Amino acid sequence: MAAESIGTSTHWTRHVVRHAGFAGGVLALIVVVALLAPLISPYDPIAQPDIIGLKNAAPSFVHPFGTDSFSRDVLSRCIYGARVSLSVAGLATVIAVTLGTLYGAIAGYAGGVIDAVMMRFVDAALAIPRVLLLIAILALWNGLPLWLLVVVLGVTGWFGLSRMVRAQVLSLRELDFVAAARAVGASSPRILIRHILPNVVPTIIVAATLGIGHVIILEAGLSYLGLGVQPPSASWGSIIQDGADQVGSAWWISLFPGLLIVTTAIACNALGDALHAAFDPRHTTGAMAELDS
Amino acid sequence: MSESLLRVNDLRTYFHDAGAIARAVDGVSFDVARGETVAVVGESGSGKSVTALSILRLIRNPGRIEAGSSILFEGREMLGLSEKEMRDIRGNRIAMIFQEPMSALNPVLTVGEQIAEVVRVHTDASRHEAWERAVEMLALTGMSDPRERATAYPHEMSGGMRQRVMIAMALVLRPALLIADEPTTALDVTIQAQILELLQKLQEQLGMAVLLITHDLGVVAEVADRVVVMYGGEVVERATVTELFDSPQHPYTEGLMNAMPRLDQKTARLTTIPGIVPPSTSWPGGCRFRDRCAYAWERCEMEHPPLYAVGENHESRCHLAIEPDRRQSPHEPLAARAGAHQ
Amino acid sequence: MASNRGIVGTVISRLVQAVIVVAIVTTLVFVLIHIAPGDPFAAAMDNPNVSEALRARWRAMYGLDQPLLTQYVRYLANVARGDFGWSFSMHRPVLDVLKDALPNTLLLAGTALVLGFAGGIGLALIQAMRPGSRTDRTLGAGSMFFYAMPDFWLALMMMLIFAYWFPVFPVAGAVDPIMHEYMTPLAAVADRLKHLALPAITLALLSGAAVARYQRAELLRVLPDDFVRTARAKGVSERRIMLVHVLRNALIPTVSLLGLSLPGLFTGAVFIERVFAWPGMGWVILNAVSTRDYPLVTAGVIVAAATVTLGSLLADLLYAVVDPRIRGR
Repeated sequence: MAAESIGTSTHWTRHVVRHAGFAGGVLALIVVVALLAPLISPYDPIAQPDIIGLKNAAPSFVHPFGTDSFSRDVLSRCIYGARVSLSVAGLATVIAVTLGTLYGAIAGYAGGVIDAVMMRFVDAALAIPRVLLLIAILALWNGLPLWLLVVVLGVTGWFGLSRMVRAQVLSLRELDFVAAARAVGASSPRILIRHILPNVVPTIIVAATLGIGHVIILEAGLSYLGLGVQPPSASWGSIIQDGADQVGSAWWISLFPGLLIVTTAIACNALGDALHAAFDPRHTTGAMAELDS
Repeated sequence: MSESLLRVNDLRTYFHDAGAIARAVDGVSFDVARGETVAVVGESGSGKSVTALSILRLIRNPGRIEAGSSILFEGREMLGLSEKEMRDIRGNRIAMIFQEPMSALNPVLTVGEQIAEVVRVHTDASRHEAWERAVEMLALTGMSDPRERATAYPHEMSGGMRQRVMIAMALVLRPALLIADEPTTALDVTIQAQILELLQKLQEQLGMAVLLITHDLGVVAEVADRVVVMYGGEVVERATVTELFDSPQHPYTEGLMNAMPRLDQKTARLTTIPGIVPPSTSWPGGCRFRDRCAYAWERCEMEHPPLYAVGENHESRCHLAIEPDRRQSPHEPLAARAGAHQ
Repeated sequence: MASNRGIVGTVISRLVQAVIVVAIVTTLVFVLIHIAPGDPFAAAMDNPNVSEALRARWRAMYGLDQPLLTQYVRYLANVARGDFGWSFSMHRPVLDVLKDALPNTLLLAGTALVLGFAGGIGLALIQAMRPGSRTDRTLGAGSMFFYAMPDFWLALMMMLIFAYWFPVFPVAGAVDPIMHEYMTPLAAVADRLKHLALPAITLALLSGAAVARYQRAELLRVLPDDFVRTARAKGVSERRIMLVHVLRNALIPTVSLLGLSLPGLFTGAVFIERVFAWPGMGWVILNAVSTRDYPLVTAGVIVAAATVTLGSLLADLLYAVVDPRIRGR
């Protein structure tokens, strides 16, 4: 009906732009703080000035986030923790997105038996709760160095995206412009890279944005279990772990890094949703739920 | 027209969005007497469907029926009623059926449940009684095995069947007025005829009035008593069905008639009206049809035509009514010329 | 009758798929164990009191001296029989340990699932009644907040608030460690519920937030459909339209969300069990991790994957039951 189709889109666009702008701003702020950590941080994050006198000090003007059981300043630890949390999540997401895109594109483009086999594997991988798989891996390889942790997080995080990319490639493959490219004799890798992948970019960007928020939470969980980031490096999750056993008495140690995680994750989700809406006019929040696995 | 069942007066339904105003229905007046069939005819975008929805006050945001409009039904001003009072009328005194019987039926409820729901909502009939009335009504629409059919889901039925369900749902409470919005458009030609016949039969049986919304003059000729032709959110011609077909006055009506396939003419030459209905956010000043009109002259640009009386119970919104000589000099419409360049 | 065969066919093909998935998971776990550094006796090996001869005997006993392929076949056969080996840390068969733990996880996750879906759908209904209103936006912000929360952190904060600051619920455990044995049956049930409340509510908040977001979007997607207009034209109230016409349609995709949400629910349970010392699968697996009890860790992962697969299968079947358009085929 004419009535329904009039406008509302302009309304919607404005709404999306405002949300994306705000979420992007919050993320940018956190990234800047992480980059400038040495300049901003009030104390040395690993200094233990007075392990007896300044142990578990409640938040105050001197220590806005309080101190932990080693008398370290929680605010400074959170600022440096942002570096670890963000870079682990960012790099792991890059790995996951690259693998997922390639795998999904190859499966979708190849089709037939290859596709079926490749996708059965993804089905199986998706059936394992990712955290359990990670726990198994990290338990078997005790105390992985940071870069390997990043690799493991990346390698276990591409299954959902590969499904979406495959589905898109599958439908793109049948379109006229791909047929045309094939007709003029373009090679398969060339068609894939030049003609098909650019059309998948929106999906990838949305997946990456949502993925970063997800990996930050995931890494925090693993670090909370003592399986993730190993000391002396500390992510936000490690700091929560520092305070977990004394949450009843020194709640500030776990509270503040957790709030930072929530803020970052909300910003990533909001930005991802907004981008999704911007790329896809028939927007629903639920459609991206699959990416969480 | 001594006793009119429905009297629509100066109805204006506008859609407001981000500063723009779409005047989808812009000052429409007509009435419907008890038991008669009035057809509202026009292309898509003419405002006929919005008019139909406005009568039941089913216009959703950002649409709004503007102040000064009036819809009298059985002597009551409907625009002043509360939402609760409106609900008592909908499906009960005024019912409506829609064009696409697939999407207009709820896919996860059985058709019996959907018909019975009307009874349940408006009367204090028990679940069982409501169901029985639904089955009875399905039988009345000529469905064989109504008891069995009532337990079916819409996807298990053909298009014609689904439209029978829609009709059963609309008429189960014997409304005084049925608004039928393109009831046969989505159906096969043979089924169309059956559905129209059924509607006429039920109309006689139940004594209701029908407001038929359609773009198909063939359907109008078959069932209507009187006709309202709409264009650009306005009524452009109003007449009894015989008057209209014998002497159409508005060039738009003429255009619609020329676009109609006729069996009696040997040369089946179908002409279409060039151009499309302009967007309702920017009706042109003067006559809204002038760019597509073969007679348009300066006056049509300067002066918005009123509804001229052109005979007994016959009105036309065209300046030709006062300058009939202009009929002698048709020319190529502006829209056709613009179209030729593309 | 054709429809019955259709359903049975679907069940069989999905069962086969589920078996394949579990087989792949088992293989993956086997591969992981064998490419991991050290051997499954690492913990025991570290014990200097264990003689080299004893270690060799252990290896022989558990078949670790056999060729890899033999080990693999034997492993698969054992898993298929439900024999997951011996838990070193618990000094019991792994299967027995898991048998004790799984019901606790199912109780926790099941309670959270029901609470989370009921609450999430309820919230979504309230939101969708007036999209864009203040209520909608407030609830939307709330669900976004919980949706972005690390499970274990929410658990810690719930513990802080409801066990320390306002001691309404016990801090941890499944039952009162001392008094439970001496309680009357009624008091024992109450004790269990009291211990269940905080972990279950935490998990329900997390899954409820996701459900609310999804369900709201689904409701709003159905709302402009033609049949909703038909219902309005019938004189049906907005409330009834939402509850009967819109919800019934919008619930169908939510049923598939049920299957999709199981891995997340299980994962959440792992962390929440850790925080609240709830003796379920997650708690057992994490304890096994810290004691390096590999047979228990790997068996836990396999059983968890199998549970999730089975759950998804059930959700798929439920989907076929609730959607008449699929049911008929």
